[in-house]
Amino acid sequence: MSEYDVRGQRLVALCLLGLLLFNYPLLAVFNVPRMLFGIPVLYVYFFVAWGALIGLMALVIERRG
Amino acid sequence: MLQGWVVVLASFAYIGLLFAIAYYADRRADAGRSLIDSPYVYSLSLAVYATAWTFYGSVGRAAENGVGFLPIYIGPTLMIALWWVVMRKILRISKQNRITSLADFISSRYGKSALLAGVVTVIAVIGIVPYISLQLKAISNTFSVVLRYPDIVMPANVGEVPVLQDTALFVALFLAAFTILFGTRHLDTSEHHEGMVAAIAFESLVKLVAFIAVGAWVTWGIYHGFGDLFARAAAQPKIAALLTPFDAVSGSYSSWVWLTILSMLAIMFLPRQFQVTVIENKNEQHLNKAIWLFPLYMLAINVFVLPIAFGGLLHFSGGGVDADSFVLTLPMVERRELLALVVFIGGLSAATGMVIVETIALSTMVCNDLVMPVLLRMRALRLTERPDLSGLLLGIRRGAIVAVLLLGFLYFRLAGEAYALVAIGLISFAAVAQFAPAALGGIFWKGGTRLGALAGLGAGFAVWFYTLLLPAFARSGWLPIGFLEAGPWGIELLRPLALFGLGGLDQITHAMIWSMAANIGAYVGVSLMRAPGAEELRQASMFVDVFTRPALVGAAGFWRGTAPAADLHNLLARFVGATAAHEAFEEYARRRGVARAALGPEGDADLVYFVETELAGVIGAASAHIMVASVVKEEALTLDEVRAILDEASQVVVYSRQLERKSRELEAATAELRTANERLQELDRLKDDFISTVTHELRTPLTSIRAFSEILRDDPKLALPQRTKFLDIIAKETERLTRLINQVLDLAKLESGTADWHATSVDMREIVAETVTAMSEVFRERSVRLELRMPGVVSPVQADPDRVKQVLLNLLSNAAKFCEPGRGRVEVSLDEEDGAVRVRVQDNGPGIGAADQKIIFEKFRQVGDALTDKPQGTGLGLHICRQIVERLGGRLWVESRVGAGACFSFTLPVPPARRVLPAARAA
Repeated sequence: MSEYDVRGQRLVALCLLGLLLFNYPLLAVFNVPRMLFGIPVLYVYFFVAWGALIGLMALVIERRG
Repeated sequence: MLQGWVVVLASFAYIGLLFAIAYYADRRADAGRSLIDSPYVYSLSLAVYATAWTFYGSVGRAAENGVGFLPIYIGPTLMIALWWVVMRKILRISKQNRITSLADFISSRYGKSALLAGVVTVIAVIGIVPYISLQLKAISNTFSVVLRYPDIVMPANVGEVPVLQDTALFVALFLAAFTILFGTRHLDTSEHHEGMVAAIAFESLVKLVAFIAVGAWVTWGIYHGFGDLFARAAAQPKIAALLTPFDAVSGSYSSWVWLTILSMLAIMFLPRQFQVTVIENKNEQHLNKAIWLFPLYMLAINVFVLPIAFGGLLHFSGGGVDADSFVLTLPMVERRELLALVVFIGGLSAATGMVIVETIALSTMVCNDLVMPVLLRMRALRLTERPDLSGLLLGIRRGAIVAVLLLGFLYFRLAGEAYALVAIGLISFAAVAQFAPAALGGIFWKGGTRLGALAGLGAGFAVWFYTLLLPAFARSGWLPIGFLEAGPWGIELLRPLALFGLGGLDQITHAMIWSMAANIGAYVGVSLMRAPGAEELRQASMFVDVFTRPALVGAAGFWRGTAPAADLHNLLARFVGATAAHEAFEEYARRRGVARAALGPEGDADLVYFVETELAGVIGAASAHIMVASVVKEEALTLDEVRAILDEASQVVVYSRQLERKSRELEAATAELRTANERLQELDRLKDDFISTVTHELRTPLTSIRAFSEILRDDPKLALPQRTKFLDIIAKETERLTRLINQVLDLAKLESGTADWHATSVDMREIVAETVTAMSEVFRERSVRLELRMPGVVSPVQADPDRVKQVLLNLLSNAAKFCEPGRGRVEVSLDEEDGAVRVRVQDNGPGIGAADQKIIFEKFRQVGDALTDKPQGTGLGLHICRQIVERLGGRLWVESRVGAGACFSFTLPVPPARRVLPAARAA
């Protein structure tokens, strides 16, 4: 990975972000018996965070330059 | 609609469709119009990751511990974010070295060791065959559940089925046929199976659609959306507990983390994933899109897992139905026959896709990395002398496919409902995770050695076997259960589930901690004990530096041996056939830029390397090395020589980088020089123009001076009034000449920037008043009325007072010049607006046309017809004025219409701190 490989660095940063998002203690914050729009908070959190991560990966990959 | 014959027919129709797709894709590939050469097909083929274990098992896991199934898919998402760095490298290495399998990759990195290749193969087979059994079991179980429609009977309660009536056997045989047909059609050095990949991509679509269909139906068909479903689930205390599955005390966070790590490794090192991601990859660029498309697929197939699980738990609250079968039993119990059939086909696609790819991957490994090296080493067989080995090779592969599938079936029959089969998914993941240190370490660390890799793999595998596989056997009743509770020979410290007293963890976490510690420890430790040898160092450099090594110090630089070209040709022909070998040699000659005949009878090191790599694409690196060694007069490189080559190579890299930088700098400098030169030429042209104009302007007054003085000299009898008139003209022309020369000098000073400027704080009211007073005499002479309007106060500006006066004088004398005597009227006004002081000189002369308004500020341009009108000025005045005003930070312009007078205005900026008038007035 050369220092010019900005895309690679961004993706590594996203991996680290993911490790943070899907780990203790952030999971503990959402591990509560509450509902959001009638859906359990933990479940909403997982899919929203996961989807956002994939969206960011797509952005890094597909953006020109 | 769920009668036995319909289900069987649908299954056959589905498998038939797979054959058709694969056949069509192979035909297209042969015609050169590849069907799979697309990032979308590539991403779909990666989804072979989702097996029956996903399709049915995720719901089972979710019914047990809520979101506990998610790390298996979130882990890969995180790993894939690293693929840009890791997988691109593996892809490039594999393409350069014609890697045929994961075993080939690892053994190739560590000096093409046949032993290492064999060890990897054995671990893969032991770890994966039970996983294949799991898929066969899923097919067989779902078939048996569907057949008992409309009753819901779990397969465990059906009793023993005779072998020959077992669906799994027929499925296994069909899959063997498919895999043999499309996986071993012919031998080629790129090892692509286009038909198989197309079929797998199609299967990925089918299972996704089926799962989403049943999920949407459960959510909106049985219940009224997510809200309703989750509200009912939360009302049941047993299910409500699943909504917050994490518990800091029970260590569920640590299991979560280890499961994530485990699946991060599995997505790279499961043999089927390596096969579709690396071996079947057509184009490195396809990886880019897959980096986000494949995670998106995993997200999509997981959205409805919890709804189905909760729906199942609510529906079958009496128990008796296995949560693993909810996906199928929910539509059945609700009498949705078509949906149940779709689910069954979806599950079938998930299972068959996995089995097909896994079997191809394993059979390639078994053939290339286990059987062939052994056969080639057995001198008694004299294999190295046989004329055509391609038949033997294909035979071994086909045999391996049948053997792997039958082994899978056998294990399924033996294990049945035993624990050792049910829990095998994660156990298999843990087995392939053992490849990670050797493989990942191998592409980033040159210090890893063959012995280190062997030690790491061996240690990791041994711990895996002891802490995961043996306990699974014990729980299945094949080993005394006391072995688990008391440890072997009653030694508590060696209990497989709490090794060295490490208790309180779940089984996978416990096994991963110990096996990874042993694996990485042995790999690093043993590698560091002895420096890598020549062969290892060469391969290490080829792997680690794959992106940085310049092409000119390519791999061939490491090879020394020579061999007769004919021998090399024959060697290749024995494995790929005469035609393919011929084509390969032609291609090689083309690449070298010479005719085939010109290669000469003695193949050099480059040719030897070429043949070995081609051969490696068919039989793996280790076997290829053995084969080539049999014809090459090998002059083994010593370690020092390899080191020297590597040093040289790295120096070449450094030099070429420096060279690149230098040439970039040179290019930049050249571009700068070019623009500077262009500007110089432009200035030079301007100067020439200027000189020719100036001399022209000088000549006009000189000519008239000369003409009149000649008249005066030659005609002494000229009358006095005439004489006075002529002398008057001469004096005026001389004056004009002087003025012109002064202005040219002034302009030169202004343009070269050497003019003296005395910037002081100037009150414009004073300047305007003084100038108007000075000019009043001129105006009176010409009978032009001059009016002045000034406010009581304006802000001081920063300017050179003499220069400002010069501008105003010029504007006023122009105005006086162009006004008609008697009727002329000039108005000078001063005001302040927008942070600038503005002076306006308005006359009621003939005015200036729009076209002329632009050019009057240029040098030597005057309004009027140059041929008829006598020039009234030098043509430099307004140009100089504009230069001065712009230099002072202001603007000079004209507003005029022909016949309506002209208004020249100029502004001078007021420094913000000195504004007398508040800025608000300006707005």
